[in-house]
Parts: sequence; C-alpha cells; structure tokens
Amino acid sequence: MPGASIFYDLEPLLEQVSKPIQYVGGELNSTVKDWQCGGYDADGRELTVRWALMYPDAYEVGVPNQGVMILYEVLNERADALAERTYSVWPDMEAAMRAAELSQFTVDAHRPVGDFDVFGLSFSTELGYTNMLTALDLAGIPLHAADRGEDDPIVLAGGHAAFNPEPVADFIDAAVVGDGEEAVLAITDHIAAWKRQGRPGGRRELLLRLARTGGVYVPAFYDVDYLPDGRIQRVAPAADTVGVPWRVSKHTVMDLDAWPYPKQPLVPLAESVHERMSVEIFRGCTRGCRFCQAGMITRPVRERSITGIGEMVKKGLEATGFEEVGLLSLSSADHSEIADIAKGLADRYEGTQTGLSLPSTRVDAFNIDLANELTRGGRRSGLTFAPEGGSERIRKVINKMVSEDDLIKTVAAAYGAGWRQVKLYFMCGLPTETDEDVLQIADLAKRVIDVGREVSSRRDIRCTVSIGGFVPKPHTPFQWCAQLDPEQTDARLAKLREAIRSDKRYGAAIGIRYHDGEPGLVEGLLSRGDRRVGRVIEAVWRDGGRFDGWSEHFSYERWMRCAEAAFDDTGVDVAWYTTRERTEHEVLPWDHLDSGLDKDWLWADWQDALDETEVDDCRWTPCFDCGVCPQMNTDIQVGPTGKKLLPLTVV
Amino acid sequence: MPPRQRVPEGPAPDPAVQKLRIQYAKRGRLRFSSTRDFQRALERALRRAAVPMAFSAGFHPHPRISYANAAPTGTASEAEYFEIQLREHRDPAALHRDLDEALPEGLDVVVVREAAAGALADLLEASDWVLDFADVDVATLGAATDRLLASDRIEVTRMMKRGPRTFDVREAVLHAQAGPADGPPYSARLGLRLRHLTPAVRPDDVLSALADVADLRPTRPPLVTRSRQGPLREDGTVADPLASATDEVAVTD
Ligand code: B12
Ligand code: SF4
Repeated sequence: MPGASIFYDLEPLLEQVSKPIQYVGGELNSTVKDWQCGGYDADGRELTVRWALMYPDAYEVGVPNQGVMILYEVLNERADALAERTYSVWPDMEAAMRAAELSQFTVDAHRPVGDFDVFGLSFSTELGYTNMLTALDLAGIPLHAADRGEDDPIVLAGGHAAFNPEPVADFIDAAVVGDGEEAVLAITDHIAAWKRQGRPGGRRELLLRLARTGGVYVPAFYDVDYLPDGRIQRVAPAADTVGVPWRVSKHTVMDLDAWPYPKQPLVPLAESVHERMSVEIFRGCTRGCRFCQAGMITRPVRERSITGIGEMVKKGLEATGFEEVGLLSLSSADHSEIADIAKGLADRYEGTQTGLSLPSTRVDAFNIDLANELTRGGRRSGLTFAPEGGSERIRKVINKMVSEDDLIKTVAAAYGAGWRQVKLYFMCGLPTETDEDVLQIADLAKRVIDVGREVSSRRDIRCTVSIGGFVPKPHTPFQWCAQLDPEQTDARLAKLREAIRSDKRYGAAIGIRYHDGEPGLVEGLLSRGDRRVGRVIEAVWRDGGRFDGWSEHFSYERWMRCAEAAFDDTGVDVAWYTTRERTEHEVLPWDHLDSGLDKDWLWADWQDALDETEVDDCRWTPCFDCGVCPQMNTDIQVGPTGKKLLPLTVV
Repeated sequence: MPPRQRVPEGPAPDPAVQKLRIQYAKRGRLRFSSTRDFQRALERALRRAAVPMAFSAGFHPHPRISYANAAPTGTASEAEYFEIQLREHRDPAALHRDLDEALPEGLDVVVVREAAAGALADLLEASDWVLDFADVDVATLGAATDRLLASDRIEVTRMMKRGPRTFDVREAVLHAQAGPADGPPYSARLGLRLRHLTPAVRPDDVLSALADVADLRPTRPPLVTRSRQGPLREDGTVADPLASATDEVAVTD
C-alpha cells in the first residue's frame, strides 16, 4: 500500500549500520501526518499533495539545513499537504538496503520516496549530484526524467545550485530558482487542482501547467542547439510546448517578517555539523563581492525587523532548548540595526547560558564590538574574518573593499579584547591573480601576529589562514572567467606555505589550512556545465562515485577518467568547461534562468573587475542598476525601525 | 596596559540544593539513540523545561548530571537512570511532567524521586531483559535456553574499543526462561536476568552464546528491552533502585 511504513523491515539493518539514529527520525518538532490528510473528493479521488524533501548529503549535514526545515514546516502547516525528509544514506546502509531490497525512505514515517508526489532536492552545492542519483536509484525512480512513468514523483531541484540546473537536466523533471516558501505552496496548489480534476493529461500536463507559470523550469521542454565548436547556439522552448516561456524567473519572498520560519526548528538527537538554532536576520546581499554567487542571486536585501528577530529567537529557544543562537545571513554585521539586536539579545539572555553567534566575516572594528557584546561573560576563543584576497590589488578585482591597515586595526582590536585566535579566509585562483598576490597573505599573517603579540603581550596567540580554491559560478561577474587549474593552484599554495613555514619567528603561531585544487575543478565543471555534463555525473555515479563533498569519498581520478570517456565524441572536455575564458556574447547554459541580474551589467562589472574598479553598496549609495529590482519587481527592504528589544519577563 | 587573561565575570555558580533521580524509558524508534544522543537530548530538554540546573564553574559551565549504566544503542529500555542537581527546589511531580513534555516521544520520563544516600551507580547490580523473537518458536527457544543453563561456562568474543575481548557469559546469567511473546509480529520471548559484571555481559552476548551452544541463529535479530535494573534482592530478584527514597514536599521560596 502506498505510504506504508517500511520501518519493520529496516529494523534489522539499523542493528548493523553505523549511527542508526540518523535513519529513525522522531526529532523534536518533526511531523508525521496521515497519508490521506487531504481527504477525498465526492468521486473518491484522494487529494493529498505529498512532498519528500531531500538534502542530498549525510543526515548530520542535512538535518540543520534551514532551507529544508523551512519548506518542511511551510508545507506541513497546510491541511491538504504533507512533507517528510530524507537524507543520503552512508555506503554501509546503501549496501544493506540493496541486499534487503529496501527503498530510499523518509526518516519521518519511513515511507518509500517513490510513493510521494514530489521529490524535492535542496542543492546548496553541486557536489550533491551523485548522491541524488543514489537516492533515485534506491527509490526505484528511473534515473532519467524521460523514462519516468505516471506514478513516479516529480523530481524537483531547488537551492542555490539550481540556478544552473543544466548538468542535472536529464535527471530532474523540474527546478525552482530562488526562495522556496511561496513557490512550494504554489506548486502544491497546482498539483492539488490537477488531482481534483482527475489528473487530466497525466504527468506531462502537470509539468506543462507548472512550466507555464514562468516560475518552474522543466528542462525537457527546452531544446538546446550547439555550434560546431561546442558552444551553445540557442536554448528555446520545444516546438510542442505552447505557452512555455523563454526564460524562467527566480522567486523572491518579500517581507521576511511575514515568513518567520522555521518556527519550530528540528532538534536532532544525533550530533550534527551545526549544533545551534539559526535565525536568518536578512536575505540577500549587495556588497557586490564579484565571486559570490549567493550575494548575486539573492538580491535585493530584505531585512527581518529587530522585533521579528527577537520573537523568532524567543520562540525558537522555547521550542528547542538549544544553547546557542546563530544570527545568520550573508553578512550579518550589515543589518541596519545589528548593534541593537546584539545588545538586546545579550541583555535578554544574560546569565541563561545561552550563546549568541554571528558568522562574522566583515573586516572592521565594528564587528569586534559586536562580537564582544555577544560573548559578554563567555569565552573568547576565535574570530573569523574573510578578506578573501591577499593583496590590496586583488581585493579591488573582487570588490572586497578592505585595506590592509583596516584589517590590521581590526585584528588588533580583537586581540586587545581578549580573543586568542583569528581565522582569516582567502581564495586562491582569482582572476588576474599572480603568485605575488597570494604570497602577500604570508606578509599579512605575519603582521597580524606581530600586532597581536604587541597588543596582548602574549606569545600564545594564533592566526589561522584558511584558503580555498576559487570556483567561478553562474550569475556572477566572474561567470566568464577562466578557472585556475589544479596544478597551478597547488603550486601557488605550496609557495605560500613555504613563505609562512620558512620564517621561524612565527612557528606555530600561524596555521595554514588549504584544500588542494582538484575537487575545485570538478566543482567548476558542475557549476558552469551544460547538459552534456550529465553523462559525466552518471558515469561517475555508475563507477561508484558518492559523497563528493567528503574528501574520503571524493575521487578526482574517477571524475577525470569518466569525463574523458563521456566527452569522447563531443569535442568538449573538462578544460573547456573550467579553464576556458568565455567571450561576451557566448550563450551561457544558464542564460534562460533569470536571476534578475542584467547580463550587460554583469559584463560591465566583469570589465570593472579587470580594471580594478570597485562598486559601492546600493543600500547606502544610489542603485547601480544591477537589474534585479526592476526585473523582479522587488525593492530593498532595510530598516532601521528604531525599535528596541524589551527584556523578557521571567515566568 | 596589556589585557590580563580573561576569567568568567560574575559570581561563582549557585550551589546545588536538590538532587533528583530519574528513571526513563527508551522506546520505539528511539531505541537506536546512543548514550551521547540521549545526553544531548536531555540537556536540551532540561533547558526547554526551564529546570533550574546547578552548573559547574568555568567558561564552559556544564549542567550537573550523572548518568548510570545506559543500555546499548539499539536496545529498548523501561529502566534507565540518571541524576540531576538543581540550584532551586522543584516539585518532583511537576518536573516529571515538564521534562517528559520537553523530551522527544520515545524518551519518556517514568519516575522522578529525591535522591537517597549513596551513589546511583552502586545500586545498579543486575538487569531484567526481555528478548522478543519474530522467527523462532517457543519450543526451539526453550530447548536452546536449557542448553545455555546447562553449561557452566560459555566464552564469547566481542569487539570492544580496544580490540576483541573474550569472556564468560554464563556467570552473569542469573535466570533465563523462554515463553510465548505478547503477539505478532513476535512469536517467542526470552526473559533474562543478568548480573552486572566487568566486562558487562549484554543480551547480544547471550545471543552469541545461544548460537554457540544451541545453534540458535534467528534471521531477524530479536527486539531487546531492559525491563528493570537495580539492586539484587536476597531472593535473587531485581529491586527498584529508587524505592528506598521518599518523596519530599516541594520547597518554594
Ligand atoms: C549555515 C551555513 C552553513 C552551515 C550549515 C549547512 C547546512 N546544512 O545547512 C555549515 C557551516 C555546515 C555550512 C557548510 C558549508 N557551506 Co555554507 N552556508 C551557510 C549559510 C551561512 C546559511 C545557509 C542557510 O541556511 N540559508 C538560509 C536558507 C533559508 O536558504 P536556502 O538553504 O538557500 O533555502 C532557500 C532556497 O534556496 C530554496 N530552496 C532550498 N532548497 C530547496 C528545494 C526545493 C525543492 C525548492 C523548491 C526550493 C528550495 O528555499 C529556501 C527558502 O527560501 C550560507 C549563507 C547564506 N546566508 O545563505 C552559507 C553557504 C550556503 N555555504 C556555502 C558553502 C560554500 C559551504 C561549504 C561548501 C563550505 C566548505 N567549503 O566546506 C559547506 C558545504 C556543506 C554542505 N555539504 O552542504 C556557500 C554556498 C556557495 C554557493 N552556492 O555559491 C554559502 C552561500 C556561503 C557563501 N557566501 O559562500 N554552511
Ligand atoms: S537593482 Fe539597484 S537597488 Fe536593486 S539590488 Fe540591484 S543595485 Fe541594488
């Protein structure tokens, strides 16, 4: 019977596999609804709309994900809908499930994923693509959208990576770009109506209806033509798809205070990567860092009000008992009332053993004041800043406006306030970068330690330099640029390491952490790939590729070997997708997905980058015409409201 | 002026004024929670239920909780215990209700009592276990149990953190009896009383022993539940470790 629990059959497996708690669900604030909660119509047709939501990574990574938590709650609040969660199973569980012939299941009611109407996947990163294939296969859903039947779920991708869904176009039925809250409700409406009408036209008709809204991308309804040199000639709605638009728009939720989700955050029993309650204090970012896809695709800035934040923190803590609250956003110190928020919350929760944290990245003294406020009576272990570029010149290229002196002043203030460790984030492989730009990271780190020792009079302060390889992303000014190949990335990082290690005055005071360049190249292939990359993903998966975000599972050799075979007769290769610079008028695989950003503006910003010209933030300087607001009919929503948080009355 | 090493601000934490012992059950799917999983869930539930916990001192204050002899991951239990210290008095009955409400379903508070003298762990000398089999009939189970009881010594090997270890199972078995289960999907039930020894002999060790001496190899592992643990009475039965304590009237100020 569809929707029946397979828990009894899973139990013997749970006795054998590692960390079985990740497969059982039952977290505080999780929900199980009746499979027929939507009831039946007069003709006995069942009307419930059912979503299986997946974060395609291990439970410990996926369970704290805000996006899935929000959609889960928004959907479950609807009387005629239900949503359950599913995560990637570890290889030991996959093997046991295959041996026992058990399907990919939801952790909430242990229902087979194939029984749901929609299988929604949240892709924060492209490295979850192979995990999607495992889940589809375990669920008994055909890997290719073209092979699916009437009873298979609609496989729907969302999340940031869905802004270029082309590499997974063969495997998904549809994608939604942008905020999911309203989109999932609208999709639910369409499915409910279609079910009520007796499912006219079957699966294809449903997908057509969704595609015609202009807010759901159905790859199968678009034809892609290629030029002889391998570039895309044109992406256009297929001839037999009347009413399907040329471009698909992103969704933007306005008025975050009206969407205070998650209201009842999940509290896992298992340990997760993010052991705290998060409150998103705003969405979007217009600082304009040119490498940052998240900043570009989530515009404009929409703030939650100080009072809305206070309410969410209060309700969330009551509902969960978490001992830490994270004030989350792309650049939390930029909230127009962040000082009052920090002080108000610190006052409210003083003496309650409740920690407050800010993913601090902005480099200025104001951030230190905030961090001090948030850690009032608590321990000050480490602070993180993200200058991203080692030299002043490269910081102009990426539009990260911070001078070296500012940075030094900031860390001095941090060490002076009792912080013992400063972590600095950088990228390697940025456009126009030379060895010199990266080697300056060493000088910077040494200055940081010098200053730190001076202001703190201690020898045991530390600075950790963390460096990631830059991966160019769609919908950014760097979408045209050449990615640095792994050999050069590694060589540059080796030089940097040498420059830091060779100076004995610093010894263990400077730590350096970096990832080698190889995974970045695969991420680059998946980020800027087109439909032809799908066969590489499938080949890698068939060859055993899983959990590509985990170094112990990732195999560069496998990706390269499978890519070579899969691209055999296409005239393109991995380098073509990654280390090749694109020209202005090349049709990019994601051009028909509308993030609101004007392609001409992006190109102009790319040219500005090459000229080392910076652009200011439209929250405090005039609009610089990135295109989003007029295109999406949205507006910046920022405070200040002038309100303050009142003390909570103790009960 | 260089800043001095920071120390936590404010007065030392409030001292503990009340000690409570709590019996809880681990049921249904949450039998797959580990000891650490439970500890995390409990600490959060205590905060959610606004229990005025006493804390240790320092930058990382910990709520004062002691755990005792938890059942292994995968086994259900009706009789797990821990002890908490409060900085303000609370009515055990009210705390029972609030804490139960704050814990996820499947981790259920059974009894809350004022702590008696002595260490909780010392009171836990033996456990009663129930093993429900789905694919073994009562006669087969009975015969296997007889073989087990007839042996003087049965060595089994289990993987421990520091490698495989071989030990005798039989000495810990105070009592074993096969009978019918309560109903489908289970067909037969084994009741076990195991003395707590070092290394602890667990029901799965007894299952290994049954495989050894009687070739009992169920295709589906039985559902294992601890029904009781506590001091061993003179008559060989297991007593309630909280029974000697008396409920105190709640003190409020
Ligand atoms: C908290 C956080 C983490 C946490 C928790 C991760 C987790 N499990 O959720 C930790 C610290 C573990 C983490 C790790 C990493 N993170 Co992180 N993280 C964030 C952060 C700060 C918040 C994410 C968040 O909750 N956003 C809010 C939610 C509501 O948004 P959302 O998830 O996008 O969901 C909405 C929509 O996308 C949509 N949606 C989402 N899923 C679906 C599905 C369907 C079907 C539909 C219809 C819609 C839909 O609806 C949701 C509601 O509107 C963001 C920055 C930011 N502010 O977004 C970075 C960010 C997401 N992380 C990022 C990165 C790079 C990473 C790491 C790869 C870092 C690393 N090198 O290790 C890892 C990857 C971990 C992993 N495997 O996923 C980048 C992603 C870069 C990109 N896409 O270009 C971001 C954007 C930061 C940045 N500026 O670079 N991260
Ligand atoms: S359109 Fe103008 S105001 Fe809106 S996000 Fe872009 S630059 Fe800012």
